[in-house]
Amino acid sequence: MSKDNTSGLILPAERPTSLVTRRNALIGGAGLLLAGCDQINASPTVKSFLSLGEKTTHRAQRLVTDRNALAQEFSRAEMSPVFRQNGNQNPNTSEYNTLAANKFADWTLSVDGMVAHPLRISLAQMMAAPRRTQITRHDCVEGWSAIGEWSGVPLGLILKRAGMSSNAKYVVFHCADSTGGIPYYESIDMIDAFHPQTILATHMNGELLTVGHGAPLRLRVERQLGYKQAKYVMRVEAVASLDAIHGGKGGYWEDHRGYQWFAGI
Amino acid sequence: MATQSAENGADGPAGRAEVDTSPLIYRTKLPVRIWHWINALSIFVMLMSGMMIFNAHPRLYWGVYGANLDHPWLVISHRGTSGFVQIGGFEIATTGFLGYAQGVPYAFPPLVTIPSTYSLADARQWHFAFAWVLLISATLFMAYNLVSGHLRRDLALKREERSIAHLWHDIKEHARLRFPTGEAARAYNPLQKIAYLGVLFVLIPVVILTGCTMSPTLNAAFPWLAEIFGGRPSARSIHFLCAAGFAAFIAVHLLAVVLAGPFNELRSIITGWYRLPKERS
Repeated sequence: MSKDNTSGLILPAERPTSLVTRRNALIGGAGLLLAGCDQINASPTVKSFLSLGEKTTHRAQRLVTDRNALAQEFSRAEMSPVFRQNGNQNPNTSEYNTLAANKFADWTLSVDGMVAHPLRISLAQMMAAPRRTQITRHDCVEGWSAIGEWSGVPLGLILKRAGMSSNAKYVVFHCADSTGGIPYYESIDMIDAFHPQTILATHMNGELLTVGHGAPLRLRVERQLGYKQAKYVMRVEAVASLDAIHGGKGGYWEDHRGYQWFAGI
Repeated sequence: MATQSAENGADGPAGRAEVDTSPLIYRTKLPVRIWHWINALSIFVMLMSGMMIFNAHPRLYWGVYGANLDHPWLVISHRGTSGFVQIGGFEIATTGFLGYAQGVPYAFPPLVTIPSTYSLADARQWHFAFAWVLLISATLFMAYNLVSGHLRRDLALKREERSIAHLWHDIKEHARLRFPTGEAARAYNPLQKIAYLGVLFVLIPVVILTGCTMSPTLNAAFPWLAEIFGGRPSARSIHFLCAAGFAAFIAVHLLAVVLAGPFNELRSIITGWYRLPKERS
């Protein structure tokens, strides 16, 4: 302040304490503007208006796209040199570590909920089941993309084997990992669940899944963003509604970070 | 101090006091004005929320894949409290503007993003809601352009405007800040037409198509999307360049409004009525 007033003659009305410098006015103005904008962003009315966009996108995409259209598949030459790990990279619970130490020989996948025959499938059974291998692009919600080869059992096959009820509307994936004590989970609708490229992958790039990439089993739902590709899948549950599952919004990111359930763009 | 200013200022340029007798004409039709303001709002929301989305992964790539361990052509990031922009092999220090500004380490600072504090989820909600506003209003306006003749009559370059000599003359006139006056100001001038056509037929369609290319669902249904742009990461780069194009357009557009007379220009885009600038003698 004193540096700005080197002229020496300061009238009582112009005491430095009452001076509003242009810089301070700008900063203050910007602060007010930001506070105003943040208030708009936090308003429930605005939030519900904005969610119309998400709902419209979901409906419009289902309307104009072929429900069985396959995600683009790539050649080996087009694969990412290194496929980065993202999200939780190790569930690190005592149960998980015990399973991992034994190379998941004691691991089983539970298939339950609205099914006629609940299943428990061992890793050996998963390996022996019919499988699909695909080289696809993983699109993270943040904006990066990586291409890798995934191999696993089509989810539709497992759901049929379990005799899923026709009243079931969603498939929920319960995972071994958690963030700050909150377990990870995800869910998809039946269109994506029975899509031919939707697989429960045991292999990535020709090798068993590493812990970093979701061993022993992760979901690949190729027409959705990265956070839908649940890792460390322990249990598959068929449900008629997502309301009673954890926060009710269909996934960890949806419940806690406001991400869209339909990650179609 | 006081005596000095009295000596210098009072009179100002001659002729200010003269009454403006040049005619007021109805130049901008209602649909054009409505679209202008809806589009202005949606473009601003798209740019600001888009910058927040970019903050989540402030790197751009060419090709079919691109992530942290690959080679970006553009990075806006920081080391400690120093912001920088990397384009190809060049690096520019941008602390205070990009990479690190207002005390936060994001590519674009809080002042220009929606929301102002980091939230990819909220930014996406804004972006995809206003994407619909942009898409629907642009489609309706395009239909209006074709049906009403606005495109053919007002926007398309006239035969005589399509010569290099004519355009060069227009560029020189703009550089001297000599804008059309009198009857010539009834119509858009050639550079203005090119700027508007560029927004309507290049920026808006390409930004929408590259946006759709980033959707995994639309990619599966319409594989040609990723093919025409050379892959999703390339489409994301082109999407960003289109955004930069919009920002450049807005800067030039606003500058032109200020130079051409902000009151008259604003009146014409709000009420439609425009006062023809007096013919230069």
